[in-house]
This record gives sequence, structure tokens and C-alpha cells, in this order.
Amino acid sequence: MPELMYREALNQALAEEMERDANVYLIGEEVGRYNGAFKVSQGLLDKFGSARIIDAPIAELGFTGLSVGAAMVGLRPVVEMMTWNFAILAMDQIVNNAAKLRHMSGGQLRCPIVFRGPGGAGGRLSSQHSQALEANYAHFPGLKVIAPATPADAKGMLKAAIRDENPVIMFEGERLYAIKGEVPEGEHVVPLGKADVKREGSDVTIITWSRMYYFCMQAAEELAKEGISAEVLDLRTLRPLDEEAILASVRKTNRAVIVEEGWALAGVGASVVDIIQSKAFDDLDAPVERVTGLDVNMSYAANLENATQPDAPKIIAAVKKVLYREGA
Amino acid sequence: MASPYSKELLLDMYRKMYLIRRFEERAGQQYTLGKIAGFCHLYIGQEAVAVGPVEALRPDDYMLSAYRDHGQPLARGSDAGMVMAELMGRDTGYSKGKGGSMHIFDIEHHFYGGYGIVGGQIPLAAGMAFASRYRNEDRVTVCYFGDAAASQGALHETFNMASKWKLPVIYICENNRYGMGTAISRVAAVPEIYKRASAYDMRGEPVDGMDVLAMYEAVKDAAEYCRAGKGPVLLEANTYRFRGHSMADPATYRTKQEVEDERKGDPIPKLRAYIQKQGLAQDDVFETIEEEVNAQVDQAVKFADESPEPSLDELWRDTIVEEGEEDVRPRERVLGQKVNWPTYPSGKELKVTWDLEPREQAEAADKKAGLVR
Ligand SMILES: Cc1ncc(C[n+]2csc(CCOP(=O)(O)OP(=O)(O)O)c2C)c(N)n1
Ligand SMILES: [Mg+2]
Repeated sequence: MPELMYREALNQALAEEMERDANVYLIGEEVGRYNGAFKVSQGLLDKFGSARIIDAPIAELGFTGLSVGAAMVGLRPVVEMMTWNFAILAMDQIVNNAAKLRHMSGGQLRCPIVFRGPGGAGGRLSSQHSQALEANYAHFPGLKVIAPATPADAKGMLKAAIRDENPVIMFEGERLYAIKGEVPEGEHVVPLGKADVKREGSDVTIITWSRMYYFCMQAAEELAKEGISAEVLDLRTLRPLDEEAILASVRKTNRAVIVEEGWALAGVGASVVDIIQSKAFDDLDAPVERVTGLDVNMSYAANLENATQPDAPKIIAAVKKVLYREGA
Repeated sequence: MASPYSKELLLDMYRKMYLIRRFEERAGQQYTLGKIAGFCHLYIGQEAVAVGPVEALRPDDYMLSAYRDHGQPLARGSDAGMVMAELMGRDTGYSKGKGGSMHIFDIEHHFYGGYGIVGGQIPLAAGMAFASRYRNEDRVTVCYFGDAAASQGALHETFNMASKWKLPVIYICENNRYGMGTAISRVAAVPEIYKRASAYDMRGEPVDGMDVLAMYEAVKDAAEYCRAGKGPVLLEANTYRFRGHSMADPATYRTKQEVEDERKGDPIPKLRAYIQKQGLAQDDVFETIEEEVNAQVDQAVKFADESPEPSLDELWRDTIVEEGEEDVRPRERVLGQKVNWPTYPSGKELKVTWDLEPREQAEAADKKAGLVR
């Protein structure tokens, strides 16, 4: 299987889906002649022309709403957000229109559209450019929300998202784009709504998604050296949550740690805790722990930035806490 | 001078305007009786702004509006009973009672909805026009919005793209001079909305929105311009709502005198006077039309009254499209009538020939800047 970078995997998915379906177009800032702010759309303008790879003005609300309108009448737009921080300007069109069209029309309309771009911390960019915003979107009925961690999932889930009949919000990551991994060629479609056990274990379940996945794997390896067997469950889709997979793993390990880049209050992890405590309370041997971004705005200074985010040592500490091995 | 309009067209316009007027009066009554709740924005006074354009357009042209949205679908041929049922929150409404007064959708008649976020439908319309251009169809999209909506960023972002990409969309600003209780002149640096088009090198014109024939002519001309690929058009229909902003508004921010003066420009008697002056129809014809429409609206109210509320199962439908799920066709579902439903070319059939930014154009710009890529 070829090794690809996350951004190349996305590029492959886009190219294949655009080849397969002429109703698919890509719009966003710098996606065309510049080949993408993060080079996800490299080479696509030459391949598909200027009506299908569209350089948009800096008008997130406008080109998002325009694409929702195009989706209402049969096209299948992919809207690239340069980063999700900027998509806050487009949120009205996503939340009040895309997510509600089918409902308001009593089932007459559908809105097959993908909104995608990098979320999470960029790296030395301070607070306006470093936010994990997926919890905001996971809140809304009418949307699907995905956040793949690996290049293979990035490709397979983008293909599934483009084929989905609903609005799909896709969180990629500025610091994921250069990560490499094996990616199946051609028709590799990963169904939305399905979590994936990326590492099997028996003592504790570490539940996560997107970039935090790599810290979790690092922590699991460290823990293995101490004889602790951690299972890593990559949620991949945040709406709808894969309850079955969460419960199955927790019922097996009886302990859970949830790792989330974003803030704790009203985070996705809070909903995962809710699922576990209400449906697997009797299976738990310890209260569920959460490792999240600190409840502050992200700073520019390197030491403050690092301290704000979850990392492997913080995850290891949380695992030891649920195993009652603190200070051990 | 003989009228350039056929008797059929003129009487059809009269019937539609009278239908909207009558429907809205009855909707207002039903609201007072407690059968309609929430926000209910009546169209009384603005009928010409819906009817002129509908007559000037093709039935398959796309149309959408804000929350003051009973007039356009009625003019396009929506079932009055099903619209009234939607207002009353019944299962037989166009959206099964899930949308209510502000969200009428009748896709069969290419009416793509009423939207409750001021200005939120403006980008959607450009996108629908984008889709037409992308598929090389000669369809136009008509989008209504209010004078207050013209101050939204969405409008400016959209006009920029619509003009740059020459999208076939006609924007009709219904300037009824107020956004809720605020006179447009109090909050707009330039209260003549049509002038905003010039900032985007886009065609923009004022129209007498109290004159159905003026609206008809303006939209006929604009549609031709759009279909010829010349780009978007902004029409500012100067109109007036005779009633409050919504049923909840006693309209104390304007004088009785102002309303009385404006009522003298009522578009319905104006059209009737024109038809009579042309000698095309006399009182008896209008009386017959009015009686027929009154009966139609009575029947609509009765239909809605006798319809059940949606079943609680409906809570769980129409949020996410499930695998293989079809779209709901309201008249088929409610009245058992076969309807035409829009279909789109498959991704294999569709050939996209549009060159949105020709390479030569982009390269010429590079060259001018002395840039070698
Ligand atoms: C974004 C947004 N802000 C505020 C409101 C509340 N609101 C509803 S209608 C309205 C006035 C709009 O006036 P206008 O655009 O002139 O349309 P009209 O009601 O006169 O037809 C306001 C402020 C809203 N629905 N959406
Ligand atoms: Mg107004």
C-alpha cells in the first residue's frame, strides 16, 4: 500500500470523487491557482478547470451560503475553509440554512455538501488561529461531523462525505497535513458514524479523535512499557457518535479516559462521558477522566502554548488515575 | 390606446393579487382566533411585487423569499389549503407543520422557501443561479428580501460574487420603508437600495412596487438580461405594507395619516381601474373572480381546520436524509396528486463547459503585473 501524506490522501479523494461525479466542485480561498493554502488541492485546477475549482473572494458567509444554495438544487459542493477559525463568519449559513433545510421544507429538500478545512492549534499562532471548534458543530441536529486522524481515514471519510446526502463538517488539522500513513488506492470509502479501535488493549480505553490520536498512541506505547494495556478508540465521527463502539470498549476495559484538544465545558468528551455513565455505569471500575485543552485562550509563547494542550504525559497521568496508580 | 396586455393576463394578475389579499385577511383572522401562532407576517399592500414577477417568469425559474412568504407561492400556484394548513401547524401543510408561516417551501412550483434569518436567503439564491450556470441551463433565480436586509453583509458578499461570475439571478428588494419599527432612512446611509448595485458593477433599478404592470415589465426585461448571460440584476420595488410588521405589531412608529395616504396607492384597485378603463372587463367579471376566490379561501381555511396535527413520529423525520430516502412531495403525500418533481443530471451525464475564470484572462493579469509563473 502506498504511503501518503494526509494532504495527499485528501487530494486523492477529491480528484477521484470529482472524476466520478461532475456535480462535485471545490470552492474556497486559494484553492485554485495557489493550489490550496495547505496544498490539499494541488494540481486540481489544471485537471478540472475554473468552474469546478473556484478561487473565492474572502467572503466566508457568502461563498458558504452560495454553495448551500447550489446543493439545494442538485450540485455537490465541497467548501474549503482556509481554517475553521474563519468559518465562524459562515456559521449562520451552515447552522441556520444547511442544517435546517430538510426540516423547514418538511423533507422536500436535501443539502449534500461538505465543509472542510483544518481545525485545532496551528502552531505559534495565538488565540484567533488556534481553536478546536468541533464541539460547536457537533451540537446541531441536521449536520454530520467528522475528524479523521490518519491519512487512510482522511481519504476514505472525505469520499464518504462527498457521497453523503447531508451536510458534513470535516475537521482536518494544520499539523496533520504532513503526517504520513498507508492509504489504500482507489475505491476506499470509510463509512461515517463508525469509530475505530486503532490499538487493542484490556486495562483502559482511551477515547479520542483527530490530532490527539497521536498523543494517545504515544501514551499507550509508554504505558505498555509499564505493563498497562491501553485500548485506543478513534471516534473519527463526532456526530453521530458511535455509542456501540464506545460502550463495547468500556465494557471490556472498565475504565475510560477521553482526550480532547478543545475546551472541557460543553466539549464532545462531556457527551461521551454522559453516554458511558448512563449506559455502562455498572461496568466502570473508576470515574471517567478527561484530558482537554486548558480553559484559557491559546498563547503565542512556546511554553504557554505547549502547556495549554493535552500531551502524552497528561494522558499517562489520567490513565494512572483511573487505574488508581497515581504516583506509582 | 389599446392595452399591450391580453385580457387573460390582466385578469389572471387580478385574480392572483386578490387571492393573496383575501388569503392574508383570513390568515390575520385565524391568528386573532388563536389558530395561527408565532410570527405571522402579512403581505397586504405588497401583492403586486409578487404577482408581476411571477407572470413575467417561467414556471421553472427558481424563486425564494424571506419570512414574509405567503404571497409568492400563492401566486405561483401553491395549494391555498396546504399553505393555510402550514400556518396552522397541521400535518397537511407544505412542511407537515414543521416550518409554519415563515418557512413555506413548495418545490413542485419551484418556490425554494421562506427564510427567517434576515438576509440569509441572499447567498442561497446566488448558489441556485450558480447551479443553473454550471449546468448550462437558461433558468433564472428570483430572490426577494426586505429593505432592512440590504444592510446585511451577506448581501454585499453575494452581490460581489454574483456580478463577478455573471450569475443569472434577479434580486428584488421589497422596500416597504420599514424593517420592523425602524424606518430605512434612519439606519441606511443610502436608503435608495438599488444604488448598492453600482458598487458591484451590477445592474440596479427602482421600480414602482405598487404597480403590477411595472413589476411585470421590470422582471421580464431583467430575466431576458440574465438569460442572455449578462449577469445579475437588482430591482428595488418601492412598496408599502398596510399592516404591522407581523400580527404582533400595532405599528405605532408610523402615523395613521401615512398609512391612509399609502392605501390610496393600493395595487389591486389600481389594476382593476386600468382593466376597466381599457374596456376589457366590467364589474360583473371582477365580482365573479372575487366570489370564486372568496370560496377558494373559505375552503382553504376549512381544509386546514379539519386537518390533524402532525403525528409525533414526525419529530424524528426530516432532519437527516437516511440512505436511499426519497424527498417528500407534499401534494402527492397530502392530496394524492401526481406531481412533477425536479430532476438533475447525474454526475456522469453532466458536462461542465463553463470557464469561470478563463486561463488567458488570469495569465494576462499576471503578465500585466510582470509575473512569470
Ligand atoms: C439576522 C436577523 N436579525 C434580526 C431579526 C429579527 N427581524 C425579523 S424581521 C426584521 C426586520 C426586517 O425588515 P425588512 O428586511 O425590511 O423586511 P420586511 O419585514 O419589511 O418585509 C427583523 C429585525 C432576524 N429575523 N434576523
Ligand atoms: Mg421592510
